[in-house]
Amino acid sequence: MQSASEVVTRTRAVEQTPAARANLPDRAWAAVLTVLGLAVLAVAAMIIAELLRVGGPALKHTGVIAFVGNSVWDVTRDVYGALPFIYGTLVTSGVALVLALPVSIGLALFLTEMAPARMRSIVSFPIALLAGIPSVVYGLWGLFVLVPILRNPIEPLLARTHLPIFTGAPIGLGYLAAGVVMAIMILPTITSIAIEVLQTVPGALREAALALGATRWEAIRIAVLPYARAGIVGATMLGLGRALGETMAVTMVIGNSPTIRASLFAPGYSLPAVIANEFAEASGDMQTGALAALGLLLFAVTVLLNIAARVLVRMSRRGPARVAA
Amino acid sequence: MSLRRFTNGFMTALCALALLVALVPLVSLLWLVVSHGVKGLSLDFFTAIPAPVGETGGGVANAIAGTLYIVGIACAFGVPLGVGAGVYLAERGDSPLGDAIRFTAEVLSGVPSIVVGIVAYALVVLPMRRFSALAGGAALAVLMVPTLARSTEELVRLVPRSLREASLALGVPEWRTSLRVVLRTALGGIMTAILLAVARAAGETAPLLFTSLNNQYWNWRVDQPTASLTVQIFNYAVSPYQDWHDKAWSAALVLLLLVGTLSLAGRLLSRSRVR
Repeated sequence: MQSASEVVTRTRAVEQTPAARANLPDRAWAAVLTVLGLAVLAVAAMIIAELLRVGGPALKHTGVIAFVGNSVWDVTRDVYGALPFIYGTLVTSGVALVLALPVSIGLALFLTEMAPARMRSIVSFPIALLAGIPSVVYGLWGLFVLVPILRNPIEPLLARTHLPIFTGAPIGLGYLAAGVVMAIMILPTITSIAIEVLQTVPGALREAALALGATRWEAIRIAVLPYARAGIVGATMLGLGRALGETMAVTMVIGNSPTIRASLFAPGYSLPAVIANEFAEASGDMQTGALAALGLLLFAVTVLLNIAARVLVRMSRRGPARVAA
Repeated sequence: MSLRRFTNGFMTALCALALLVALVPLVSLLWLVVSHGVKGLSLDFFTAIPAPVGETGGGVANAIAGTLYIVGIACAFGVPLGVGAGVYLAERGDSPLGDAIRFTAEVLSGVPSIVVGIVAYALVVLPMRRFSALAGGAALAVLMVPTLARSTEELVRLVPRSLREASLALGVPEWRTSLRVVLRTALGGIMTAILLAVARAAGETAPLLFTSLNNQYWNWRVDQPTASLTVQIFNYAVSPYQDWHDKAWSAALVLLLLVGTLSLAGRLLSRSRVR
């Protein structure tokens, strides 16, 4: 015989079983996983916190506007202006995009829309190879192969156009060399994401255009490209993000001169390059701080660019985006 | 009509040309690294430490060992964190928190490696007051985590639901199902992802420049500056000596072989898994 109160407690015990059954090991496992997942957020927070800690004081001391707008970088006088590096980063990335974009998009279109499917799997190997070559090896190649080629036939030829961006002594080392190396390095990034985006274009769109009598190129222009536009813009932005942060290859061929020149032949400097060259030998907290502030700037720009690009690539997929780009 | 045909053919040719344009630098680079680099390879190159300027001979043995050492340290921190975060995303990541972590990992993988170097400098070099292998390893570990997390998640999600359900139906607790059934099934793929991440880390230069710095001698202490192949290539390449330039090419060949072997091993592993 059971008393009423006993029945009530038993029922409660039964009701509690789902919680109780999630026993200690299971809950521990879930907790461990959650902690590991949160570690990713912790890493992000740590990056921001440390950059602010080291670079913040220098930035505050100079003032953000003065820091970004000043074109003088003179370590001996403790004057730190980021403008030459920002300018160099933007110019070289611009050159890289102008060169890499048509080739990447053309290559992506060729592989997805024109070439037989087998070709794509064959070509994907050299593209992965291109992406896997370490930056310093690109720098080595740029320094001893590309720079001499630019110095002799290419820059004198370009100088004949008399454009203001192609003037001055053709020394090889400079914005142009950095831009070309960068273009080669971001090519695989843009191509592979563009391929991924193009593959999400529904076949029916293509077929409809072809059925209406469009040629293959017209189908691409009318049906495929408009659909994939947001994703291709996103791919371009991810490529740009890589270009902005590219360090070693640029450091080795840009000429390392903290000046602002209109000519692409001139030697310049970029944000990552100056950090790479000066950080280890920085004299005093001010210089270290100023270099870290450049890093903070670079971080902020690349993160914003990446967020925007990811959103665009996701939008163009229009599906439940789970697989990372 | 013929104009449209012509445009079609022309654009197709242009796109095919893009393939050629993309392959030219690749072929040039690989050919030159091999042809310049192979001349300097000798037994000495793999067993000796760098010779002082002006002396002939010497090798990069300490740099090869240093790269492996630093990458090993990076793996000790980066692999558990990265793989763990990936498993979290796959197993429990269907929540706003999971979305936030996933998005953060995506964005983090686009952060320039030199910025991560600054962070490692602030975290490890400043408190220890010296450049060290540990600092270099920490920088590389931070770089590994986001990519590993994302690839691990994809791989764990490939494991069929039915496997997990079968295990749970047999009364196996969730944690054991996760570890012994799901992770074990995905293990081959995760090994591939780890090898690819290691290959990427071994090729990094920028985050090592002011963390592990460089060293002309052997070093096995975690709190001392350590040589690495990549930093050594950089120093040799920007030096004014022809002999060092030759050494840079040879070291680049060694680096490419190392990175290539790791990626190839990874790819072969994943291929055998599919079969």
